[in-house]
Amino acid sequence: MEFLVALMCGVMVAAAVYLMLARNVLRFLFGLILISNAANLLIFASGGLTPESPPLIEYGMDAPPEGVANALPQALVLTAIVIGFGLFAFALVLVYRAYQTMGTLDSDEMRLAEPEDRA
Amino acid sequence: MTSLIVRAATRLLVGLLLLFSIWMLLRGHNEPGGGFIGGLIGATGFILYAVAHGSKAAREALRLDPRSIAVGGLGLALLAGVAGFLPGDGLFAGQWLFIGATETDKGTPLSTILLFDLGVYLVVLGSVLALVFALEEEV
Amino acid sequence: MADDGTDRRFLGGPAGWISILLPFGLFLWFAQHIPAVAGGAVLRWDVEWIPSLGVTLGILLDGLSLSFALLISGIGALVTLYSASYLGGHPHYVRFVCYLMAFMTGMLGLVLSDNLLALFVFWEVTTVSSYLLIGFNADEAKSRRNALQALVVTGTGGLAFLAGIVLIGTAAGTFSISAIEGSLADHALYLPIFWLVIAGAFSKSAQFPLHFWLPNAMAAPTPVSAYLHSATMVKGGVYLLARMNPSLGGTDLWFWTLAIAGGFTAVFASVLAIRQTDIKQVLAYTTLMALGTLVLFIGVGTDYALEAAMAFLLVHSFYKAALFLMIGVVDHGTGTRDATVLRGLGRAMPVTMLAAMLAAASMAGLPPLFGFVGKEFLYKAALGAPAMIWVTGCIFAASVLMFVAAGIAAWRPFTGPLAETPVEPHEGPWPMLAGPVLLSVLGLAFGLMPDWAEALVAPAATAVAGRPVEVDLYLFKEVNAAFVLSLVTFATGFVLYLLHGRLRSGLARFKPRFDPGWDRLMDGVAAGAAGLTGLIQTGRLRRYIFVTFLALGLSTAVAVWRAGLSPEIPPLDDLEVKHWSVLTFILAGALLTAFTNSRMTAVAALGVVGIGVALVFIIFGAPDVAITQLLVEVLQVVLVAVAMLKLPYLNHEYVKTVRGWDLLLAISIGAMTTVILLAVQAAPLDLELTAFFEEASAPLAFGRNIVNVILVDFRALDTFGEIAVVAVAALGAYALLKGVRRPSP
Repeated sequence: MEFLVALMCGVMVAAAVYLMLARNVLRFLFGLILISNAANLLIFASGGLTPESPPLIEYGMDAPPEGVANALPQALVLTAIVIGFGLFAFALVLVYRAYQTMGTLDSDEMRLAEPEDRA
Repeated sequence: MTSLIVRAATRLLVGLLLLFSIWMLLRGHNEPGGGFIGGLIGATGFILYAVAHGSKAAREALRLDPRSIAVGGLGLALLAGVAGFLPGDGLFAGQWLFIGATETDKGTPLSTILLFDLGVYLVVLGSVLALVFALEEEV
Repeated sequence: MADDGTDRRFLGGPAGWISILLPFGLFLWFAQHIPAVAGGAVLRWDVEWIPSLGVTLGILLDGLSLSFALLISGIGALVTLYSASYLGGHPHYVRFVCYLMAFMTGMLGLVLSDNLLALFVFWEVTTVSSYLLIGFNADEAKSRRNALQALVVTGTGGLAFLAGIVLIGTAAGTFSISAIEGSLADHALYLPIFWLVIAGAFSKSAQFPLHFWLPNAMAAPTPVSAYLHSATMVKGGVYLLARMNPSLGGTDLWFWTLAIAGGFTAVFASVLAIRQTDIKQVLAYTTLMALGTLVLFIGVGTDYALEAAMAFLLVHSFYKAALFLMIGVVDHGTGTRDATVLRGLGRAMPVTMLAAMLAAASMAGLPPLFGFVGKEFLYKAALGAPAMIWVTGCIFAASVLMFVAAGIAAWRPFTGPLAETPVEPHEGPWPMLAGPVLLSVLGLAFGLMPDWAEALVAPAATAVAGRPVEVDLYLFKEVNAAFVLSLVTFATGFVLYLLHGRLRSGLARFKPRFDPGWDRLMDGVAAGAAGLTGLIQTGRLRRYIFVTFLALGLSTAVAVWRAGLSPEIPPLDDLEVKHWSVLTFILAGALLTAFTNSRMTAVAALGVVGIGVALVFIIFGAPDVAITQLLVEVLQVVLVAVAMLKLPYLNHEYVKTVRGWDLLLAISIGAMTTVILLAVQAAPLDLELTAFFEEASAPLAFGRNIVNVILVDFRALDTFGEIAVVAVAALGAYALLKGVRRPSP
């Protein structure tokens, strides 16, 4: 399964980068969601994949049974997901506000603060 | 969206979701759950209410401005952290109080950790709701 | 003094009298140390400033720094008194006083610091505050330009100086000036240190070819010119050279560089001085001459030369500050500073005339003024210097021209028939006269009683030389070569003065112009910056992102290659149907998101990916993470769905044009991610932290859900930071939505 997860991460990152390079900022936003997901998955998988034994301690015990999943990357990923959501929400509002102000979602046409076109 | 069935069902569902969210928050220290999850579930409940009855009604049901909830939660979490200082421990060191503890039963545990998790719950709840309500009202 | 406080409003209000009392108090404080320092003591106070960097705010009070400190605070008091009247009614007078006090603080710190790093900080304080002072009349373009010029030249020199300081610290092992032992002349770093320090000193003290900013700096209000360009800022470089003389001096390179630059600046500047018609400009160029002379004699470095330099330092500060203040009074009283217009003001402005004549006589080097003593010693030192012809020639030429300049600046305007001026000539108020009168009378007093000056000159020369120097100043002892040379100077000067009208028109053709070159340089820098910005910052978001990902990809590729990572493909035999189905979910969702034309399809596909990821979390024992992931997924869809109501559809030409380069880059980075993850998974895992959390969770933190215990107990501070981020992001988005007034689209 490690290989499959690595493959998933690779494809997600590739799709995300392709989306983020698009002119439409909405696509950029989709890419942002995708790459956040890929990053979370990558951190999670880096900590080792242990099937079906969550890091919980039985009632009355002092330590979890042998071979439970690695708790540390889980804690990292959990907060990363929430933060990723915050980032996404902010970016979405930014895109929305940009569209309200400039009337376009094409990043090439968003030139309010740019000098005259030199390209 | 705002059919009678949805409106009637949400009243029940929102209450259940809120109860569920608090249950998730409280059991989080020992079973899957916790402040993040609880906050998200609670937010889902109010969003459902907003979808059915409009964000104005949802705001009224919430009573407090979600921004105040978020900032209040942040303050609560900080307070819980600073409380670790008081007995001479470091910042964010957990302090525990076991009410009615006996030899065999540890009684009802109260702790600054719970306070901190409640802070997390409120921050997540408030932040998500502030966002969603604002977006709904603006669009 | 003016600190009796009887007429506060007249002295510019509280800002005025505070700014007068402060330097005056400092002056008295410094003055009380004269006896001790004259007796050969070196006083110091140490205050730890940045202990970790070894920066101590050591105050070092020896002859050199005491001389400077007395000049800075004393002339500072007179200048602020003068300003209270000259600028008291100015709307920005308080601002002016603040700048002036900042400058004075910087200058005092500069001369008192024992630590080179502290010295540099104060050096920069003077640079910045002088920028503000020169550009005080900020609504004039010329003023702004000249202030910027001074800032750029002295600031660049300051950077060179900083580099020099770092090298000195390396070479000497200390940043404390008094702790540098012996000379650094034999050190391998001597050459770079030398040139960097010279660059700093020459830019600050306006030595050729970095001299051009100083006359331009006359755009400043007159008291500033008197303060900055007589006693203080421009002498910062001279101070630095004098201070570093024991460590860096004594070499041929030192001698020739300082002698040639200083001598040339002195002569060149005095020729240009004759050419000017604005008396303030005449004085500006004679300041250059004085700085050149000081540099020249510090370079010569013999006992006599250092003694002469220190004596001349005092001489020049007295007469130059007096003359600058005087020309301010004249400007104020007549409305012009043009040497060709002003004549016969003596009757209308008798006090000003008295001060001007005394100061100018000192400048011309006439007995019995202090200037005469100074010039005699310059000649005496020059006649005994190495490269005697050059040094003597330079100083003779400069002195002759100084005589002429003194005549132009102070004799001619006050004598002869009264000429028409824009304003009916009238005498200035007493606060403006106090400075010039006091300073010029001091010039006379020190001339008659040169022994008084020895108390400062002797310890100062000793500090500069780094060895005890005997000083014996006298007005007249015997008829010797120096005395004869003085007489020849007067005679030549007198003849040239009579001819100066023709001389000026002759010189008018001689126009070394540095300003156009400077302006072209600055324009070039601006154009270059604009071009570079245009090249790098196209204003196209996707280009920036492309470059960012390209850099990320390349640097990661290099790192992977250097580390020799070897990804292993693990066995695939334990795969079950659920694994394959998750893979299919995620791949399909990701690719669909990337290539669809429909917003809703994209959102749905993203949801599929998110749920797929949540499934991975569930399969591998992470229920908390999976729940969070699912909830966030739901909320994301809600947010996007709400926002979509007002956002346009995606453009449909999109799929037809596959962006080849973007695709290539995306696939490369994706492939690299896979490779790295495989390599990481193949490497052994360090579980030390995890083991600790597993053991400590229940006994220490009373929690059985290890993930949550980590979040809210072990790493609660991190979590606190994270929820703070969430709250800030939400509030920021809220402000974007509600706080901004919406312009019509």
